[in-house]
Amino acid sequence: MRPFVYERPTSVSAAVAMASHAGAGHVPPTAADTQFIAGGTNLADYMKLGVGRPDRLLDLNTLAEPALRKIRTSDDAIRFGALVRMGEAADNDDVRRRCPLLADSLKLAASGQLRNMATLGGNVLQRTRCEYFRETSWPCNKREPGSGCAAMEGVNRQHAVLGTSDSCIATYHGDFAQALIALDATVDIEGRRGKRTLAFAKLHRLPGETPNIETDLAADEIITAIEVPLRPWSGRSRYLKIRDRESYAFALASAAVALDMEGQTVRSVRIGLGGVATVPWRAVAAEDALQGKVLDEAAAQKAADAAFADARPREHNAFKIPLGKRTLVRALLETRDMKV
Amino acid sequence: MNQAAPAPRENQGDPVVRIDARLKVTGQASYPADIATANVAYGALATSSIARGRVSALHLQDARAVPGVLDIVTYGDMDKTDTPKFGNTGASSIGPLHDKTIFHDGQIIALVVAETFEAAEEAAMLIRADYDDEQPSASFDSKGTSTEAAAGKNPMLKEDAKAGDFDAAWAAAAVKVDERYSTPTQHHNPIELFSTTAMWQGDQLTIHEPSQNVTGWKMELARQLKLDPANVRIISPYIGGAFGSKGPMTARTAIVAVAARRIGRPVRCVVSRMQAFGAQTYRAETRHRIRIGAGKDGRITAFGHEGWEVTSRPDPYVVGGTSATARMYNYGSVLTHVALVHADRNTPGYMRSPPETPYVYALENAMDEMAVALGMDPVEFRRVNEPVKEPIGGRPFSSRSLIKCYDQASEAFGWSKRDPEAGSMRDGDWLVGMGCATAIYPTAAAPCAARVRLTADGEVRVQCGSHEIGTGVRTVAGQMAAERLGVGMEKVSVEMGDSALPPAPVSGGSISTASVCSAVMMACDAVRAKLFAAAAGKDGPLAGSGNAKLDMADGKIVTETGKSAKLADVFKAMQVGAIEEYAEFAPKGSSPEALNKLYAGQPEFHGGESDKDSVKYAFGAEFVEVRINSRTREIRVPRIVGAFAAGRIMNTRTARSQLMGGMIWGIGQALHEATEIDRRAARYVNRDLQDYLVPVNADIKAVDVILVPEVDHEVNPAGVKGLGELGNVGTAAAVASAVYHATGKRIRDLPIRIEHLIV
Ligand SMILES: Cc1cc2nc3c(=O)[nH]c(=O)nc-3n(C[C@H](O)[C@H](O)[C@H](O)COP(=O)(O)OP(=O)(O)OC[C@H]3O[C@@H](n4cnc5c(N)ncnc54)[C@H](O)[C@@H]3O)c2cc1C
Ligand code: SF4
Repeated sequence: MRPFVYERPTSVSAAVAMASHAGAGHVPPTAADTQFIAGGTNLADYMKLGVGRPDRLLDLNTLAEPALRKIRTSDDAIRFGALVRMGEAADNDDVRRRCPLLADSLKLAASGQLRNMATLGGNVLQRTRCEYFRETSWPCNKREPGSGCAAMEGVNRQHAVLGTSDSCIATYHGDFAQALIALDATVDIEGRRGKRTLAFAKLHRLPGETPNIETDLAADEIITAIEVPLRPWSGRSRYLKIRDRESYAFALASAAVALDMEGQTVRSVRIGLGGVATVPWRAVAAEDALQGKVLDEAAAQKAADAAFADARPREHNAFKIPLGKRTLVRALLETRDMKV
Repeated sequence: MNQAAPAPRENQGDPVVRIDARLKVTGQASYPADIATANVAYGALATSSIARGRVSALHLQDARAVPGVLDIVTYGDMDKTDTPKFGNTGASSIGPLHDKTIFHDGQIIALVVAETFEAAEEAAMLIRADYDDEQPSASFDSKGTSTEAAAGKNPMLKEDAKAGDFDAAWAAAAVKVDERYSTPTQHHNPIELFSTTAMWQGDQLTIHEPSQNVTGWKMELARQLKLDPANVRIISPYIGGAFGSKGPMTARTAIVAVAARRIGRPVRCVVSRMQAFGAQTYRAETRHRIRIGAGKDGRITAFGHEGWEVTSRPDPYVVGGTSATARMYNYGSVLTHVALVHADRNTPGYMRSPPETPYVYALENAMDEMAVALGMDPVEFRRVNEPVKEPIGGRPFSSRSLIKCYDQASEAFGWSKRDPEAGSMRDGDWLVGMGCATAIYPTAAAPCAARVRLTADGEVRVQCGSHEIGTGVRTVAGQMAAERLGVGMEKVSVEMGDSALPPAPVSGGSISTASVCSAVMMACDAVRAKLFAAAAGKDGPLAGSGNAKLDMADGKIVTETGKSAKLADVFKAMQVGAIEEYAEFAPKGSSPEALNKLYAGQPEFHGGESDKDSVKYAFGAEFVEVRINSRTREIRVPRIVGAFAAGRIMNTRTARSQLMGGMIWGIGQALHEATEIDRRAARYVNRDLQDYLVPVNADIKAVDVILVPEVDHEVNPAGVKGLGELGNVGTAAAVASAVYHATGKRIRDLPIRIEHLIV
């Protein structure tokens, strides 16, 4: 590992000030010389591999603001501080009762040990596990812009079929983000230019020609909170994750579904898809296809076809298209049949 | 008794608790990299990022500039040593620092030594190499590989087994199966990382390294470093998983030793999980063509097994599992052939049941296909083809309890409830499938020495240079001594894992229990003989008991007629404080040089297919249930039952544990494990435990092990058949058969994954 300076700011504003300098607005946070570390389960791992190369780490765990560590539930929203650990949120009774999708997406992620360390802020910002990204001797446009993409013609079983570009096909592997994007979450951000609230759907950027720029964040911006509105669909919601083994594995395909039903008819539906796309993925076309329809096998199948209409497979990941569709169909029908 | 400690049946020993159980679960067992070492410096490897070509320049300035770096061992620095040799003790003939040629991805190009682990790692990452690289050949079907017949290239496969007129029988067969199967590259990934700690005292070299072969390594390291073997000591008291990966010594050991000599300090090098994929051995991918011809009555008349195995450019590593598959059933005629495909890869190495795992997978998957083609129950099909003699040499089996295993396992599993029609069983949204397969492993033994000391207070010390790789061999060796010398286990201590102890063979081929226990038994019997002579002698406490048979029990010498003498009294009569005996065991059929070869680290193996009078195998039958989601097709294994017969079971607890672990690994081989290779670059890409999948606890539900009683006096004096490598043979075929039964889809390439079942 490269040597680095480690510092422990005690407030959000202090951390922002320490991260701010003239260049901070121009490089993506993942390429900045000063970077934030929370649970460290993603960043420290990538530093060991030589993929993350900060000269200076600012530890967010010493920030004093109590709200950063709190889960607050009101009638119309759940608000998570950015330093809340995955495990704590997954096991929170209010969260599970009010919106099972949120709790499940966390519970089915990583392992108990990781969930105890990892924060929700760090979770949504976790970087891809593309094998070629993780090993520095391969060409990779995300790690080294312009160097090429080794995965395109390489081993790409775990890679994305949606939202890909000619520069990068790396999957966004997180689970929680699929719930957040489906549920119209927002993120609160604090930086040198002040505070802002961003739709979660705008946080991540498609790879396009610049897969190295992964989010809308500047290098001196900190996520302070994530807010999920509670709506009629929140209670009837579910996360289905399909993977090679029963636990401790990333999704090959997953579906985050929330349904508001009137009898057998869909009043409103929210769908996120994981394991198949380059960024957290909202399946808008599938939602549209279901709106006002009787939710049966055929309607679910139609919606799934719509969700993957633009999918682009590579050599080893073509199975993700039928798998993604079946995952969505199964999730829709299982969510419909939930007793709430 | 509980599930982990099955009640012993006939010819089975007590489920004695492992001698080192408490130490291991409390973290007190010191593995070789844990040994506190004063003034130690740390080593980190730099490895190649290409698979074929030459290093044209190595840039070391940045690495040398890292504070704390003491030395970098690289090209030129090993010139005074001999290159490694490929064989049972040496993993590969590639001497990575003797020659700038790159033979494989991840080949060692330098060893950095520094004051701290962190500095060594940082510096190793800063080493840059320029290469004259060439297009590598990754595997089967890659351009530029070379293929040769395997038989005779390696002692593992002397000749291709054959019998009768295969062509005629095949042509005439009423029902035929002719299919191709494959198994992927696999890496052992023991939880304990690979490591070497080297320290010199004058010209005496001590190596702490996890090893399955301390005597062999001592000799091989002495040869490479041109030292007197008496000056080399390998110490490896505990091993955190081996599975064959710590059997042959790799080039690293000598490199670390040279580094320690250069800086005049001990050096410890722990290989990272990622680097181990290139720097260690692995199970290479295999391909198979199986032809089975049978009559309508289900009797097999023709069996053909062709195998292809990948190896490195320079070394003819062969597993050649046709030796076992050709003797499995009562085939009328047999034709086998094994070919080696040389590619730009590291030399493969032994991995738990090296030949049987891939080859029996292919055979047993084909057997299930044939049962389907015949419309016969798969168990019945095997029963019909049960042999009296092995088909190649016409020799009898020393013992063979396969059908008993099938009977007991199928009963426990509830096989009779299976609806034979594929795709017919369902539980809600889940398709249910059931399959079975045969497990087989050759029973061998090798020469082994042991020293046993008994003191007047009944304390026993057993010494043997074998290795506790997690199998429980220290415990069963102790049990053997406790039993023969009539003392409790708490009185017994067992020392292993040190080349300064009496030599034992490599802990491979499931020979350890048989070889070690036979040697310990001999030494104990020599102790007994001395004690008995003294006890029954004219001044002894049992004087006058005539020719009555003596035995030892409860710390006493006892006679048939119920008389007894305390050990202390016998020792007193002998006027000695301790009796120590050194025994050298050589299995039946050993050559006159067998013991010399043991001391030279090149022990002969006897048994399996190599004996004149009979062939010797342990058998088992495994039954698996799978559940496959009808929509999303993920495959889960709610239960597995295996019944195994392996001669005398020394300890039902350790035996069950080995077999259970094997079956779990078998499930992983069926559904999870595979090293992915980038075919353009001949480089591995999933080099960590995040992407190299093995089952986790949640994947393993009910695992039921049945130990079928079996008595076999022919195999070795201890009557023991090895079972460490039996459990994971056949499992993958049982899973594949269950997947077929659930879905009607026959998957022939491992691992079986969602993508095979989804379209
Ligand atoms: C073996 C393994 C298996 C896993 N399996 C899963 C899985 O199945 N599903 C899943 O969803 N995840 C999985 N993960 C990923 C895991 O969830 C993430 O590593 C974790 O959530 C990251 O959180 P952290 O707090 O440790 O982030 P860190 O590693 O500390 O940070 C990650 C990134 O976020 C930035 N950052 C952190 N907090 C903030 C903030 N408040 N504001 C601005 N920037 C910030 C850091 O600078 C860094 O770039 C797995 C990880 C491992 C190692
Ligand atoms: S898919 Fe993206 S992350 Fe992976 S190698 Fe290509 S550019 Fe890099």
